Amino acid sequence: MDLSTTYMGLKLKNPIVPSASPLSQNIDTVRAIEDAGAAAIVVHSLFEEQITHESGELNYYLSYGAESYAEALSYFPEPEQFHLGPYQYFDHIADLKKAVDIPIIGSLNGVSTGGWIKYAKNIELAGADALELNVYYIPTNPNIPASEIEEIYCSILKEVKSSLKIPVAIKLSPFFTSMSNMAKKLDDSGADALVLFNRFYQPDFDLDNLDVVPNLVLSTNWEMRLPLRWIAILYGHIKASLAGTSGVHSHLDVIKLMMAGGDVAMLASELLTNGIGRISEILEGMKRWMEEKEYESVSIMKGSMSQKSVAEPAAFERANYMKMLQSYKSLT
Amino acid sequence: MERRKVTIDGNEAAAHVAYRVSEVIAIYPITPSSPMGELSDAWSAMRVKNIWGTVPNVVEMQSEGGAAGAVHGSLQTGALTTTFTASQGLFLMIPNMYKIAGELTPAVFHVSARSIAAAALSIFGDHSDVMSTRQTGFGLIASNSVQEVMDTALIAHKASIESRIPFVHFFDGFRTSHEVMKIEELTDDDIRAMMDDEKVKEFKERALSPDHPVIRGTAQNPDVYFQGRETVNKFYDVCPGIVQNAMSQFAKITGRQYNLFDYYGAPDAKRVVILMGSGAETAEETVEYMTQRMEEKVGIIKVRLYRPFSAEHFIAAIPKTVEKISVLDRTKEPGALGEPLYLDVVTAISEAMASNNPPFEKMPKIVGGRYGLSSKEFTPAMVKAVFDNLKKDEPKNHFTIGIDDDVTFRSLQYDPSFMTEGDEVVRCLFYGLGADGTVGANKNSIKIIGEETENFAQGYFVYDSKKSGSTTVSHLRFGKKPIRSTYLIQTAKFVGCHTFGLMEKFDVLGNIEQGGTFLLNSPYPTDDTWDQLPRKVQQQIIDKKLNFYVIDGYAVANKTGMGSRVNTIMQTCFFAISGILPKEEAIGQIKQTIYKTYGAKGEEIVKQNYEAVDQTLENLFKIDVPKTAVSSIEIPPIVSANAPDYVRNVLGKIMEGKGDEVKVSEMPIDGTFPTTTTKWEKRNIALEVPAWDADICIQCGKCAMVCPHASIRIKVYDKKYIENKPETFKWMEAKGKEFPEGFAYTIQVAVEDCTGCELCVEVCPVKNKKETRLKALNMVPQIPIREKERANFDYFLELPEIDRRLVNTSLIKSSQLLEPLFEFSGACSGCGETPYVKLVSQLFGDRTIVANATGCSSIYGGNLPTTPWAKNKDGRGPAWSNSLFEDNAEFGMGMRLSIDKQNEFAKELLVKLSDEVGKDLVDAILNANQKDEAGIYDQRERIVELKSKLEKINSKEANKLLEIVDYLVKKSVWIIGGDGWAYDIGYGGLDHVLASGRNVNILVLDTEVYSNTGGQMSKATGMGAVAKFAAAGKPTAKKDLSMMAMNYGNVYVAKVAMGSNDAQTLRAFLEAEAYEGPSLIIAYSHCIAHGINMAKGLESQKAAVDSGYWPLFRYNPDNLKDGKNPLKLDSKAPKIKLEDFIYKETRYKMLTKSHPKEAKHLLHLAQEEVLNRWKLYEHMANMQYSNESGEQIEGTET
Repeated sequence: MDLSTTYMGLKLKNPIVPSASPLSQNIDTVRAIEDAGAAAIVVHSLFEEQITHESGELNYYLSYGAESYAEALSYFPEPEQFHLGPYQYFDHIADLKKAVDIPIIGSLNGVSTGGWIKYAKNIELAGADALELNVYYIPTNPNIPASEIEEIYCSILKEVKSSLKIPVAIKLSPFFTSMSNMAKKLDDSGADALVLFNRFYQPDFDLDNLDVVPNLVLSTNWEMRLPLRWIAILYGHIKASLAGTSGVHSHLDVIKLMMAGGDVAMLASELLTNGIGRISEILEGMKRWMEEKEYESVSIMKGSMSQKSVAEPAAFERANYMKMLQSYKSLT
Repeated sequence: MERRKVTIDGNEAAAHVAYRVSEVIAIYPITPSSPMGELSDAWSAMRVKNIWGTVPNVVEMQSEGGAAGAVHGSLQTGALTTTFTASQGLFLMIPNMYKIAGELTPAVFHVSARSIAAAALSIFGDHSDVMSTRQTGFGLIASNSVQEVMDTALIAHKASIESRIPFVHFFDGFRTSHEVMKIEELTDDDIRAMMDDEKVKEFKERALSPDHPVIRGTAQNPDVYFQGRETVNKFYDVCPGIVQNAMSQFAKITGRQYNLFDYYGAPDAKRVVILMGSGAETAEETVEYMTQRMEEKVGIIKVRLYRPFSAEHFIAAIPKTVEKISVLDRTKEPGALGEPLYLDVVTAISEAMASNNPPFEKMPKIVGGRYGLSSKEFTPAMVKAVFDNLKKDEPKNHFTIGIDDDVTFRSLQYDPSFMTEGDEVVRCLFYGLGADGTVGANKNSIKIIGEETENFAQGYFVYDSKKSGSTTVSHLRFGKKPIRSTYLIQTAKFVGCHTFGLMEKFDVLGNIEQGGTFLLNSPYPTDDTWDQLPRKVQQQIIDKKLNFYVIDGYAVANKTGMGSRVNTIMQTCFFAISGILPKEEAIGQIKQTIYKTYGAKGEEIVKQNYEAVDQTLENLFKIDVPKTAVSSIEIPPIVSANAPDYVRNVLGKIMEGKGDEVKVSEMPIDGTFPTTTTKWEKRNIALEVPAWDADICIQCGKCAMVCPHASIRIKVYDKKYIENKPETFKWMEAKGKEFPEGFAYTIQVAVEDCTGCELCVEVCPVKNKKETRLKALNMVPQIPIREKERANFDYFLELPEIDRRLVNTSLIKSSQLLEPLFEFSGACSGCGETPYVKLVSQLFGDRTIVANATGCSSIYGGNLPTTPWAKNKDGRGPAWSNSLFEDNAEFGMGMRLSIDKQNEFAKELLVKLSDEVGKDLVDAILNANQKDEAGIYDQRERIVELKSKLEKINSKEANKLLEIVDYLVKKSVWIIGGDGWAYDIGYGGLDHVLASGRNVNILVLDTEVYSNTGGQMSKATGMGAVAKFAAAGKPTAKKDLSMMAMNYGNVYVAKVAMGSNDAQTLRAFLEAEAYEGPSLIIAYSHCIAHGINMAKGLESQKAAVDSGYWPLFRYNPDNLKDGKNPLKLDSKAPKIKLEDFIYKETRYKMLTKSHPKEAKHLLHLAQEEVLNRWKLYEHMANMQYSNESGEQIEGTET
């Protein structure tokens, strides 16, 4: 049984790759993830805010009230060196590389074309095998047209690609008017992989206190339909690898993603909820299913149900919607 | 090896040497010496080694007494040991100093000499502290400048190890300890070359060791003690020679020759002044001027080795031609024949003249005088006046210089226009706010000038005594000649004003030279700036023909992400305009300094500063100064014309920065000042202030409760008063049964006193239904509403106060109607301590006496010019005093004892006078229930009646009772202080007072760190928190003071956090005061030393409670009487992780950046500790104290 796959040039023993989550913060947990059979891991993200604000925040609070009052010219000891967030992150990548053999994919999360991008190089220098760029952008400004936003994505990617030797994936939101065109643009900008899709945590309202509150909801299996569809549509049209993420919970989900044309299936909510042991269960499940259905390898199934391979390509388009509605009507 | 030129202050100079020749350093923080210990701790944390290749062990003790004990023990067991201290700290070391000297133990104590607390405390410099140690047997050696501090430190260490005599090496607090000066740094090789390893070996051989045991420190009897004391004479006899040899050896190494007594001046001088310390530098500068330009025959003697005093060396240093001598002492000994140096000089010269070989033809006339107490300015004009005094046939003796003594007329007159500084020294003055980084930027500028040019450079920084909205004045000098001017700049070539508002508060251009340069940070467009200047300032600019430059530094700061920090921007302007360095080079140097200053904190902050530098020059403009001043803006008077005379005439001068003009007659003779004075100091420091929205207010009172400055007031009053209200005065119907029907309710903000901290807005629980970002209080710009709100507040103050008898004090909303008698303090904006202090004043202020430990609360509570403790319209209010740091519990207990005694005596007299007074009244007074406001009111009424009866009786006993009759009304004693006092230095006393059973109320304002002296660790500091002396995180858990107090069983104990549960806080204060025994309230006080957004301080308090780190509880021994468990937990089991509390605060979070592994480890331990402590408290709170039928379980009754 050959579960191996290739993801942006990395030869992986299977398509299971835990996505960026708190699971990667602890080295022992990552060891366990490797032992459970994961083929690679995306490390939790280094955030642009960490890079741009942490330094300013630290300086602000360490010097707040200083040099104002004769008896207390400062309030804190001044260490020689701080291990700021970015540097702790690089150290962590290096530590992970020493601790496990599976490929380590660094993750950089931001929205602007500011100086934070240069930290991609440090992630490479720390030993990461690849980098995932997570452009987490909520376009709230009504004066910025879509084209400008799309350009931000492409220029960030190009800038990062130009300085790195390791492959670079870009994680996207599904909210593009022309998803296919956007994928193509990113493909042309040098993306080694597209990671579909980012889940935005949607804030909630606290009606007792009239506050907007953050609300973390783990993914449900239903959410996988969106990446499944788009991987199926994009497969064969772009050079970049495709990773499916959001709502991957079982071996069947992984198989579906592979059949749609995905190279890897990324998961986090399932592991956070049911434990790292789920990786080996999913792998076992895949093997059983493939045995049963007589698939020798993952590569055989890859793209087998993509839009261009299925009998009814329109199923991925509007026709599918019409069909669903009609069937719904017929039920009522 | 070439020595580095470094630009450092005196504290660093001393610590540089002390650290390198020590193995153990035991200290306790005290201003102005704290930085010496802090630097040593920082070097130790960086693993910097001493000259023998090992890292000294630096330890912070619980008091200076403790530090001295640790030093003594360390020395006895053979480690080279040092300490740093000042003032009261040095006093606490005196007992050990006798021991250390008595046992001939070499050691050096480095002392930044500071005033002692007599009628008032002062943190500034003079020799009162070191003079109090001259009898201990320690050698005393003085340094006069920053270079001398480094040099003399080494000479002292060497001389001590060789002579076996311990030394106090002292230099003037602030003037030298904090003056930044370019000096030549001694290398480790220099230090090694001076220290004699053989002598070190001998010292170690004398150490106590079980391997060659001896006993030291025996008790002796009349037969031998005296002889024993005389054994040391020979060591003192040879000590001066050893010091002189050390000085000469030092000269061979460095080229700088010092002598025990250094003479400077005309070789044939007739008039000589003798002094020591930084004043000698100014005296030398003056003598140089007088001898070279005025051809006067004058000179000075700088005393370096004061103890052991070598008369022989002293006499030899004086020119044979001397006829008159003036001895200047920087201390005061009331009742003495003269101050110490004067007496020594008189003795030395008299003895010499009486010898067979008199040194002078005729006995010189010797006078003595005092100067420079508490860093009082000592200028060339004053030195000249001292010399001029000697010109007289009968020079004034026992004089003072630098003040106007219009009471006993001891002071010498002087001509302030006499100046000695010429054009060779460039002098610059910078006015800024503490918060804008002006001082930091100037320190960097002086470093650049000192270290990157050939110039000598000096920086000195003056701070005001407020902790919020404080102003700073930086004095920078540089030039080709060494700088000896140890006084403030009198005329400046360059003046920078970094905050526009200061133009209305200070005479910023009063000291600028004709044709000088003036740089102003203006928030107005360049073209409008001139019109926004007060007319007086415009006229000064025109008259003095100033070059006037303007920049909108805030705009540049905003654009480059620097917030309100204009430091880098104004520094760049200074270099660009002054032309000290070529522009490109200056910018390069500024950027290099930025990198050095901020590099460790990340690239982004460096980048921001670089951008600020780059954008500065294009925003800097020179103004074409118009020919006439046409502004209609006048500088407002500092103090209202309505203020009492004393406030206007005396305190007003201090507010104006003219305190030096206050005469002796204007100062109180015993340190007593009127209360209620902060209300006259309208500081207007808030850019934004809260505005009340009466439409949605629910009248909860929380805003007033948390306001640290009592700037939010609430009144409920008869609606008839609304008729004449100012137009914009707001009111609403009073809600609630406790108020009379149809009364009005107003929340009024004192916008001129508000510091803009936003705590009130944060705590406001109401949200505007139409726009949820709005609350019942919202921040608005202050300037547009200032005038109207001033009138509104004045009107509000005139509204009647509520009848205290009607107030249900157990509710927040009604308790906040009580008038605060602690208002508008100089505490930090958003202070976490003052709301508790204010609450005491509201609930019990009219009958309270406060004993206040030294620390933040004594500074914002009692630092001139104005003080926040206030009285009500009846003239009653808290009486307040600060004794010391360490004795506050005892001080308060003394008050209690005194009050109780006088109450008892009054009752005894009353019983005796029963027939005359009338039995009914006597019984009513003796049996009065004074547990509530009504009871106290009634008792006061009775006392009024009693007084009138007693006045008519006119017997000896009646008159006696009249003296103390007010003690028949309840008095509430509050002992207030911070955790440094309660957990550390004052703990012994606190413990004793708790155990005494006396009725005192102890309020611990727990900031978990020494806040006032700048964030040193205390035993209240939490595990894993970073503080000075805990750079790698405090490894041990916070001391559980409440548990220790509860152990006594008869102490009321409460732990409160207003931000988590204000109702519980209120209950605790009421119960503590009502409890007839000792009460201890430990109050969580957020603090700027926590590294938090102070507007969110209440959130921090809540998180501390929610995490279980700060459980809320009340332990009331009175409950035992009812068979109930005395402990009641008022907070729930931990519901958030400890990290969710602590990592919101820089004090904890920074450890994850500086020591990530330790942080993880300590977080784990701290979390366990929190859970374990919680379990213990929970268990205690759940213990059954009665059986099912409600009877007490045997043995639980106390």
